[in-house]
Amino acid sequence: MIAVVDYNVGNVRSVCNAFRHIGCPVTLSRDMAVLQDAAGLVLPGVAAFGYAVNALGSAADLVKQLALNGKPLLGICVGYQMLFDESFEYGRHEGLGLIAGSVVPIPPEQTVPHMGWNQVHLAEEIDLFAGLGAQKHFYFAHSFYAKVTDAKAKIAYTDYGFSLAAVVQKENIYGVQFHPEKSGKTGLRVLENFAKICEGKNPT
Amino acid sequence: MLTKRIIPCLDVKDNRVVKGVKFLNLRDAGDPVELGARYSDEGADELVFLDITATIRFRKTIVELVEKVAENVFIPFTVGGGIQTVEQMDEILRSGADKVSVNTAAVDNPALLTEAAQRFGSQCVVLAIDARRSKTKPGCWQVCVKAGSEPTDLDVVEWAVKGEKFGAGEILLTSMDADGTKAGYDNELNKAVSDAVNIPVIASGGAGKLEHLYDAIIQGGADAVLMASITHFGNCTIKQMKEYLANRGIAMNL
Repeated sequence: MIAVVDYNVGNVRSVCNAFRHIGCPVTLSRDMAVLQDAAGLVLPGVAAFGYAVNALGSAADLVKQLALNGKPLLGICVGYQMLFDESFEYGRHEGLGLIAGSVVPIPPEQTVPHMGWNQVHLAEEIDLFAGLGAQKHFYFAHSFYAKVTDAKAKIAYTDYGFSLAAVVQKENIYGVQFHPEKSGKTGLRVLENFAKICEGKNPT
Repeated sequence: MLTKRIIPCLDVKDNRVVKGVKFLNLRDAGDPVELGARYSDEGADELVFLDITATIRFRKTIVELVEKVAENVFIPFTVGGGIQTVEQMDEILRSGADKVSVNTAAVDNPALLTEAAQRFGSQCVVLAIDARRSKTKPGCWQVCVKAGSEPTDLDVVEWAVKGEKFGAGEILLTSMDADGTKAGYDNELNKAVSDAVNIPVIASGGAGKLEHLYDAIIQGGADAVLMASITHFGNCTIKQMKEYLANRGIAMNL
């Protein structure tokens, strides 16, 4: 069972709908025992960073500890941004600090928000994208992005007038800036791969 | 670089998808849950759902239908029709929509756009404009409300500019003159609005064949094209539209 961390933000229903659609049992919870028992955790997010971190509250330490102990974790959009050290959206806020980096505004020369389908250049070695080919389109909707400084992190980029980190992996910790649950069949495939990773299988 | 978007539209009345001509003579086009699932599966870039029964007042029952449609839709999903308050928007977003579209309520109270943008982010707020060519002022269009039944004194281009200032993140621009005719989009209208605003414009009304989509993007400057008749009644598939546009050099998510 995969647990989607429930912290009362945005549209978590669509993430659950997507996992159910691919036949993967999923539960929406912030209960300590449920999160501990889960095969993997998903940190969704449609909200401002500071609001999301506050709403996550005491669950933050637990999610961080479980991820550090090896449980697969997938952060989506703001959930992805929360994996980093800090964000500067409406003031400075601390993130989970699982991956070194900062979340900063998209440069004002670009249209903000970055909203729509953009092509991600997939790095071969990120198993979350196994079987998807070299580049695929995903649906993005965000105004801030992560500057990744972690030497141990693998990164895949999208081009938005500059190279924007769209995917990050550090061992069992995964993050995607786009919305896999809103990226059609390609996005569902990413979630299937994550489900396989949670079961200890290799996605192909 | 962002792709241009193909957006099928479900006009829903009494829990069925319908489609008319110039907002009249509605005919049945199917079940919203089935059609939504089909378009998501076939590779549409977004889905729009407009409750056209709800023009006067928001209907609670629509929330349940939106929930059911959303269960099988894995692309961005916009819902509109009779939404008047941010509380109703919140309810619609919680039931599975990603964006909400407002029309009449924003004309009555433009501050609604600001309130919605501050609470949900402007990417959630779509300003729908039903435009009709002015009979008295050539080259101008007037804003109509209440599902097109009531003309106002507002000029479409001026209203679009104002809507952006108030917080709309996108404009869904429907030509009432072209709607359902399958004779092509009103690209003078699309161009006038897309030149005047910085937010994306979705061209709507009049799609009948593949080249109409191309014209709306190139001549009309649209960021996305919305259609109903040609997809519901089986003239073209989403795949055909995308391949056609990509072959003519437009960035698409194939």
